[in-house]
Amino acid sequence: MIAYMLCLVLFCLGVYGALAKRNVIKIVLSLAIAECAVNLMFILIAYRVHGSAPILQRGTEGGAPVMVDPLPHALVLTAIVIGLATTALMVALAMRIYQQYGTYDISEIRELKG
Amino acid sequence: MIALYAILVVMIIGAIIAIEARDLLSAVIAVGTVGLGISLVALVAKAPDVAITQLVVEIISVVILIRATIRIGLPRSTHGSKPLLGVVALVFGITVLVIGAMAFAEIPPLGAPHMRVSETYVAEGLEGTGAVNIVTAILLDFRGYDTLGEATVLFAAAMGVLAVARPAGRRKTETEPNHANK
Amino acid sequence: MRTNEDNHKEGMSLIVKTITRLSVGLILLYGIYIVLHGHLSPGGGFAGGVIVALSFVHLVLAFGKRQAFRTLSESGTASLESLGGVLFLTIALAGFSGGYFFTNVLPNGEPYALLSAGTIPLSNIAICLKVAGGLFAIFIALVLLNPESEQGS
Repeated sequence: MIAYMLCLVLFCLGVYGALAKRNVIKIVLSLAIAECAVNLMFILIAYRVHGSAPILQRGTEGGAPVMVDPLPHALVLTAIVIGLATTALMVALAMRIYQQYGTYDISEIRELKG
Repeated sequence: MIALYAILVVMIIGAIIAIEARDLLSAVIAVGTVGLGISLVALVAKAPDVAITQLVVEIISVVILIRATIRIGLPRSTHGSKPLLGVVALVFGITVLVIGAMAFAEIPPLGAPHMRVSETYVAEGLEGTGAVNIVTAILLDFRGYDTLGEATVLFAAAMGVLAVARPAGRRKTETEPNHANK
Repeated sequence: MRTNEDNHKEGMSLIVKTITRLSVGLILLYGIYIVLHGHLSPGGGFAGGVIVALSFVHLVLAFGKRQAFRTLSESGTASLESLGGVLFLTIALAGFSGGYFFTNVLPNGEPYALLSAGTIPLSNIAICLKVAGGLFAIFIALVLLNPESEQGS
């Protein structure tokens, strides 16, 4: 329960940074933190006390092994790579903004409407 | 379980440093700490596939982020914040924490998942697919559609980056000598 | 004609270049090992693909972009990614011969052998090609984008 609450605190920190900061790079970093928190939540849900990693070992296929839940691991593997792709796209957009306006500050960009 | 809570506290401290630091390079390195913490938590929680993938993805993500922030002659980064939206975010955060505390009393506690669907996957993973790694068997055989969707999203993101990062009006004298023309 | 002096000026220092020449082949080999043993030990296509992309990124960072493009040009990267995607779709469509979309049509071999588990090793290789090509294409586009070349809207 405490581990779930700490994970939720991390997510709220990410959302706070995305709303309240003026620098574009800080917004990108906060969204990356929020997405990391969601992946962490999946891993914590899948944990089983005294379970083993979801890989069969030699000699134990006879009885039913006690394993951690392998389904959230599969979901998290996909989500990590997709998160990297969207972070890279946001970084490309931020570099384009710097190229056009010369600054990373979004309140100045709003005034420079062309 | 002391290791789990210690790593979570270090990650929260790293996130606070990343949001509040004035220098952009320090903020990027602090976000690298958060990603490394997730890899360590995955090691403690018996998830080796996730640990390997998260570690290498965090390395390449930090390299890409540093590319955007390292600049020769960049003026000191703007470090202001908007106070009204900060209050809104704080209220949102407290509401989410309260509702989350009520919700986490209902789901099974840490360490005893229900595993209603995964029991089928674990029981017939070896005979159905022949793979010893159950997570790979789920990713590529039982749930192959999700992997196909992920391949599509990766392709779309790569096309998006190539479309955004194309400089308008490339000067012809600067093409690389090995640029293969089809 | 480019002299040795020009080659020394771009990229990083001589120590970094020597270490890169020794270690980039090992990193590539390690990535391929993780991909091929995806059904036997932790890892799989995604982690191996990212490691292969990291070996090419290592080349670009240490030697500068002109010399690294001799190993893998931009059009080669795009072809690599498309080849991985087409291969994955072919494996999925070949499942129609077994009944429905995405069936495992090759026979399951012995457990713990390298050539077992039907189409799963082939799918791992296809995913590795796609992820490596995609991530390296993203990195190349961001390296070639120069943020200070244009000013004004």
